[in-house]
Formats: sequence, structure tokens, C-alpha cells
Amino acid sequence: MEHLLHSVTLDVDSCVGCTHCIQHCPTQAIRVRGGKATILSERCIDCGECIRVCPHHAKHARHDTLDALKNYEYTIALPAPALFGQFQRLDDIDVVLSGLLKLGFDQVFEVSRAAEIISDATRKLMADGALEKPVISSACPVVVRLIQIRFPNLCRHVLPLKSPMEVAAALARQRTMAQTGLAPEKIGVFFISPCPAKVTDVRFPIEYSHSQVDGVLAISDIYPRLVHEMNHLDAVKPLLHSGVLGVSWSFIGGEAAGLLNDNYLSADGIQNVIKVLEELEDDKLSDLDFIELNACAGGCVGGVFTAENGYVARARIKRLQKDLPVSCNRAEDVGSLSSLQWEQPLRENPALRLAGTVTDAMQLMQQAEALFADLPQLDCGSCGAPTCRALAEDVVLGLASIDDCLLRLRGK
Amino acid sequence: MKLQYTIPADDFTRAGEASAAVKATLKRLGFPSETIRRVAIAMYEGEINMVIHASGGEATVDIFPEKILMELADNGPGIPDIDKAMTEGFSTAPETARHLGFGAGMGLPNIKKYTDELTIHTELGKGTRLCMVVNVAQ
Repeated sequence: MEHLLHSVTLDVDSCVGCTHCIQHCPTQAIRVRGGKATILSERCIDCGECIRVCPHHAKHARHDTLDALKNYEYTIALPAPALFGQFQRLDDIDVVLSGLLKLGFDQVFEVSRAAEIISDATRKLMADGALEKPVISSACPVVVRLIQIRFPNLCRHVLPLKSPMEVAAALARQRTMAQTGLAPEKIGVFFISPCPAKVTDVRFPIEYSHSQVDGVLAISDIYPRLVHEMNHLDAVKPLLHSGVLGVSWSFIGGEAAGLLNDNYLSADGIQNVIKVLEELEDDKLSDLDFIELNACAGGCVGGVFTAENGYVARARIKRLQKDLPVSCNRAEDVGSLSSLQWEQPLRENPALRLAGTVTDAMQLMQQAEALFADLPQLDCGSCGAPTCRALAEDVVLGLASIDDCLLRLRGK
Repeated sequence: MKLQYTIPADDFTRAGEASAAVKATLKRLGFPSETIRRVAIAMYEGEINMVIHASGGEATVDIFPEKILMELADNGPGIPDIDKAMTEGFSTAPETARHLGFGAGMGLPNIKKYTDELTIHTELGKGTRLCMVVNVAQ
């Protein structure tokens, strides 16, 4: 994989240079240049909207493949709970976990186990009054990056705990080292992901220096082989160690329900998330205790790497949960709470600022405003920028020419 | 640089558009987030007041690197007693606005709280002009 700050890639041959992706990007990170879409890397938050809306399927996301398992002596699968909703006629989550073992993993450790640990730790921190309310969930990496780039003032509200994936990876590796005596680098830990942003999250973590996850596999990529293995199992092993609270993290509202506190709000879908953050920024939601935000519609079950419609997946997970205990894991399972906490505070990402200083930015903006006044202001996108104002700013930044506006040329 | 907005009359769903636009501009210019927050809240409260009490008006925002000036001018009924209007919890908002969750009597007190300078020019039957200054945090 290349060293890029995002996981989205372009299939150049399939891209026709249309305007769907540029107009849906929540951080205005895409431009069409020379007839092809390009991503402004430092602005991309990996939300996957461009992948979803591309009618030509030219946008994809990087991920690892099962071949990577060969690089390790011992391998551990960390299935996201969203995986459990991908299968028709499934009545036992252990079938999925046993299928993962048959696929070549030596061990499975459900991310929902760590989710229960995070829920418990969040309850404790909130009860201690240690967090600034309303606390914003840090589970969705897209939301965390969105806050850094568009709502920096809200960084201090974000729950300073590692993601369930990260906690699961650390726990699984530690326990395997203790059981097998293997060195840490001999153990390969793989997240089975519904979400391309997790690929970036693992390669370039924001809140800690190094991820414990060695690879991220896309659910949709391993799906056909996993279904095959699940249909040819010799025995179903009792592997599941998580309950309703952990598995519910796969859909919107699940994390908040695990706090056992009614004073919360949950919102899903990137545009809805932005509306909630705007209101929170204006002090309109200050009476809430907790805010759960998921960039994908429906939550993680709506991720770009899933194989099944997110609403179907959620209905199936709700059915599968019925016979599970409420919760099986506690914060004490990891020793001290401090091992769950971030190593560094969340910082602003200044990628949307026009210039390094306010004075320079004001000068550029005044020039851009003068250009903007002369543009048709239809936001048609045919220049390759998402809006007329974005084109005007690109021109003053030297990234585009005012003649890219075809309507303006025609009017001359 | 100067930004100008017309605040629409009697449309609660659109109140807040001007403050949102100012907020977006200030972010793009790279002002400190605490400064932006104070400007956005003061401006929003002012906008809401103009919609509730004065059938809209005009907003002008002057941006300087060291301070942000906001002027909100309307042709509404004017404020009969400014001291009373500045009291937390005091409101003359009509029933229709209260049904929508407005009218808590925190508009002017919040503006006072979030700005560094506030001047109110008001004349009964003629209108009100609010001049607000937020100094940029250094």
C-alpha cells in the first residue's frame, strides 16, 4: 500500500470526469482535473461518500488481503460486529467465528468484547465527572477526522478512549504472547472491517503513535470464501464472548444504549452528523450527556466494505442478539483504565484554512470574493470544483484557472 | 473585509443562516475556534431576536485580524426598557415563538456574555441597532 493519508483510490479508466463525487464530498476534498477526479489528500476524511455515489464504480478503497496472513506465524481475526449481519439464515454467531478459523486464522477475538469494555469505561469516566459534556463518541474514525477539520472547537468533547478495534488488538496480542511465548511481531492481528476509514486509522492513528492492528480486511472481500467455509464446517465451536451491548455497536444507537443513560442523542449519515455538530458548536445541545455519531447511514452496518444492505444487516443482528447475555466484559479486564486512554489529545487539522495567517487568508478571500462575484453562482461543478466559491478560492491559491468556468467563457 | 446579510422576516427555519455563513467564513480564515464560537453564538441570538421581534433586518459583519464587528439593524418596535431586556429570563416573545422553544429570555444576556463590547441604539416605533465587538483571542 502507498503512503497516502486516505484509503480511497481512483480507477482512472473508469472515471469519466463527471461531478457526482465532487458535489457529495463533505470536506470539498475532490476536484476534477484533466477529466479525472483527484483527491486533495490532506482534506480527505475517508467517509466513503464518493465511493457510494460514483455511478461508474471508479472509486475504491484500499485494504489488505488474506495473503497477508502468510507473513505471520500466528494470526488473529478481529471481526467487527457488523460482520454478523451479513449472512442469510444464520442463527448462531459462533458459525461465523468458526468459519473465520477455517479460513486460516488461529484465533478469533470479537471487537464487540472490547466495545463492552469501552462502554463500561465510558460509564465510569462519566460518573466521575472526568469528561466535558456532552461527550462525543470517538468510535467512528470519520467523525473524529471531521471534527478535527471542520469543528476544531469540539475536539475537547470527544471521548478520549481508544476504539474497540484497537483495544481488542492489544488484548488479543498480549494474551496470545502469554499463551504461546511468541514474540509480538510473529503474531498477525487482522481487523475484519465494514469501513475503509479503519484502513487509514490503522496506518495513521490520530490519538496514539502505533496501532496494534497489522492489517485490515474488507468484509466484502473475504465474504465469498467465508460463506463457503461457514457452509462446510465440521463443528461449531463456542467462541462468542460478547453480549447484546457489544454486538449493538454495529448499528446507530448501540453505543449510546450501552451507557445506560437516557440523556443522549444518536445521529447517522454524514450530512446529519454535520447538522448535529453545527448545533453543538452553537451551544444548542449543551444539556445532553452523550452524543453518538456515525458517518454511515444506519451505523457501521452501512459501511462501504459491507456485503449486505445495512438495514437488512441490522434487523438480522437484532434477531441474533435475542439469546445473548446483556454484557460479558468489563473495564477491569484490561487492568487500569489508563491503558484504554489516548496517548495524545485530539488536535485541530487546519487543512481547510485558506492560508497560514489570518491576514494572508483575508487577502486571499477578498480576491476570491471579487472573482466569485463574476461567476454564474450555479454550483454546476463543470469546472471541476464543487461550488463557484471553491473555484474562486482554487484560482487565488493557484490551483485552477478562472477560464475553467465554461459558463463564464460562453457568456463572454 | 465586510459581509452583509438580509435576515428574513418571521421565518424561524431560516434564522441562523447568516451566523452559520459567518462561522464558515471565519473558520476558512483561520481565526481561533473560541473567537469563532463567541461570534457565532452572539450573531445567532441577534438573528433570532430580529426574526421574533422585528420582522427581520440587515446584518453587517466587519472582519479585522484583531477583532470582529457585528451590526444588526432592524425597523422593529424598539426596546422600551433595555435594563429589563438585559435581565436573564425576561422575554416579550409571543406565544408562537415560545412554542418553538424560543423566548427563554437569554438572547440579549447571551449576547452580552459572548461579546467584548455591546452597544444598543433603540428608538420606540423606529427600530433597533445592535453593535457588537468580539476581540480575537491572542
